Amino acid sequence: MTKYIIRRLLGIIPTLLIIITLSFFIVRVAPGGPFDTEKKLPEVVMRNIEAKYHLDEPLVVQYGRYMFDVLRGDLGPSFRYKDHDVNFYIFQSLPNSMILGVIAISISIIFGISSGMLAAVKQNTWVDYLSMALAVVGISVPLFVIAPVLQYVFAMQLGWLPTSGWFTNGDGWQTILLPAVTLAFADFATIARLTRSSMLDTLRSDYIRTAKAKGMRSSSIIFKHAMKGSMLPIVSYLGPAFAGIITGSVVVEQVFRIPGLGKFFVQSSFNRDYTLIVGVVIVYSVILVIMNFIVDVVYSLLDPRITYK
Amino acid sequence: MNKKTPKSYENMLEVKNLKTYFLTDAGIVKAVDGISFSLRQGETLGIVGESGCGKSVTNLSIMRLIPSPPGKIVDGQIIFEGTDILALPENELRNIRGNKISMVFQDPMTSLNPFLRISTQMIETIRIHQDISKKEALAKSIEMLKLVGIPAAEERIFNYPHQFSGGMRQRVMIAMALSCEAKILIADEPTTALDVTIQAQILELIQKLSKKLNTSVILITHDLGVVAGMCENVCVMYAGKIVEKAKTDDLYKQPAHPYTFGLIQSVPRLDKAKDGKLFSIEGQPPNVIDLPPCCPFHPRCHKVMDICRNQYPPTVDLGNSHEVSCWLYAEHKELADA
Ligand SMILES: Nc1ncnc2c1ncn2[C@@H]1O[C@H](COP(=O)(O)OP(=O)(O)OP(=O)(O)O)[C@@H](O)[C@H]1O
Ligand SMILES: [Mg+2]
Repeated sequence: MTKYIIRRLLGIIPTLLIIITLSFFIVRVAPGGPFDTEKKLPEVVMRNIEAKYHLDEPLVVQYGRYMFDVLRGDLGPSFRYKDHDVNFYIFQSLPNSMILGVIAISISIIFGISSGMLAAVKQNTWVDYLSMALAVVGISVPLFVIAPVLQYVFAMQLGWLPTSGWFTNGDGWQTILLPAVTLAFADFATIARLTRSSMLDTLRSDYIRTAKAKGMRSSSIIFKHAMKGSMLPIVSYLGPAFAGIITGSVVVEQVFRIPGLGKFFVQSSFNRDYTLIVGVVIVYSVILVIMNFIVDVVYSLLDPRITYK
Repeated sequence: MNKKTPKSYENMLEVKNLKTYFLTDAGIVKAVDGISFSLRQGETLGIVGESGCGKSVTNLSIMRLIPSPPGKIVDGQIIFEGTDILALPENELRNIRGNKISMVFQDPMTSLNPFLRISTQMIETIRIHQDISKKEALAKSIEMLKLVGIPAAEERIFNYPHQFSGGMRQRVMIAMALSCEAKILIADEPTTALDVTIQAQILELIQKLSKKLNTSVILITHDLGVVAGMCENVCVMYAGKIVEKAKTDDLYKQPAHPYTFGLIQSVPRLDKAKDGKLFSIEGQPPNVIDLPPCCPFHPRCHKVMDICRNQYPPTVDLGNSHEVSCWLYAEHKELADA
């Protein structure tokens, strides 16, 4: 197992190098550049700027220079924001997104798994219909609709929570709740549906019949016999979902005015801010690759048939 | 009623007019359609019949383990120690499952939980109904595994099911079922995945333990040889019905139903194999969806009469608890009425 973990961790390096290389070239192939404006800049000015950011050099040289920096942990200067470099923006915003994301995904895991299990156990009763109806809402209603509704009810009408902000105006954890719940909705819905169907599958299997034949109570059957098997699909879903959610959501950050990483995903692309784009892609990829690795490890812990050597 | 002194019943188990249907898209599958039989204490009863005739469904119905939907027990009674299992509430049913009646399932590959160690599954089986410590239960489990011939049982018990072969898993299932020390053991083709020598050992073990504890056994099998060696009585099933029921000796000496006759003839025998040709029953078992009211065996029967095509035969008592459902034995009056 230890050997496997080391091998997998080493395997992450080439994966990341390929991702960095691809995104480096792809953003540059896309039409438009970071300094294109409505009004064309004078030739000289343009030349100066390009020289400053080494955009006048051949692409291969730029690539070598960039890789050299990245390997030392420097994601370079932003082409758009003059005050700070890419590292600064990412490390300032990523923790906020992570806190929000971890809380959101925890909410969706807790409520998703429990309502999915309830729905499966009480299949075709009102409990089942209610939780699946909620799941349909979660999947089909977009975040920018859910968010204002929650704000209206819990902030404006009930006044329990602040409308927006992020640890501002003397508010602490209260500022996390509404955005976290909003963000949790979609994953909650998916997890609930996944749990329900995989639990139903498991409950139909022969080994559950064996457990029933032993005279076990249904609650022990579910927790001792059915739980492990039916968690496998949820674990594989959670890997990428977790990576997605802790790297931020533009909509939620906008609506609740949260200084998160999500906005850089969008803004950097609009701005053709090459280094910032590749920077956020790298951050996302690192997290995703690590999450997939964790999924595999958890999988092997859950399922004894999977052994890594 | 005093619970401490167990009342003795003439029949441990009495199945009366059991009907288990499956509601499928193709129609109603009458997997078990009105069967009755009884089981005395200490008796070993064989149930034989072709694949799909409803043997497993019958026994799953006794344990109320029919998957529902699509399955449903639509009629009948299953009387165990004087109470109808089909009418019991869930918590009393649990007290019967694995305690009074235990079961060896037909599919050893999938009937053990792949996520749990054999030890966990065996200890749990024992401790659900018996008040003993984990350590004692483990010791007992190891002992049971040794009895069914698992080598190095002290170590292998901590394996997961996938580390066992099919035959070994089947033996684990048997060990688990036997460890319940139930009053009735239902064994659904318990030895199909085993080679002949082990098969004999296992059957002997089941016989020995059932003698010792005075357990009643329902043995489902394809193998008429096994039935001859183990069972006092036999039920022959065909298309969801019991077509013949008799003491084993009588059944072999004087099979009444043409189907039983065919079954016995088609057992390969050393003394007859010399002519080279094996007897076989022509044709396929019928589809049990939308069976018309007729003898379901008539298309394959070499003694078929007109009436067989139109009406299900009555059950005739041939004496010495030998019963058969076939028009050949019907009274003239019944024939005339039909
Ligand atoms: N879950 C189910 N859904 C629909 N039909 C079923 C189901 N389970 C069993 N049946 C049907 O019930 C009939 C009897 O099945 P059963 O499993 O009792 O046969 P069997 O006699 O045990 O056969 P085998 O010797 O192959 O084990 C079959 O026609 C089968 O198709
Ligand atoms: Mg069967």
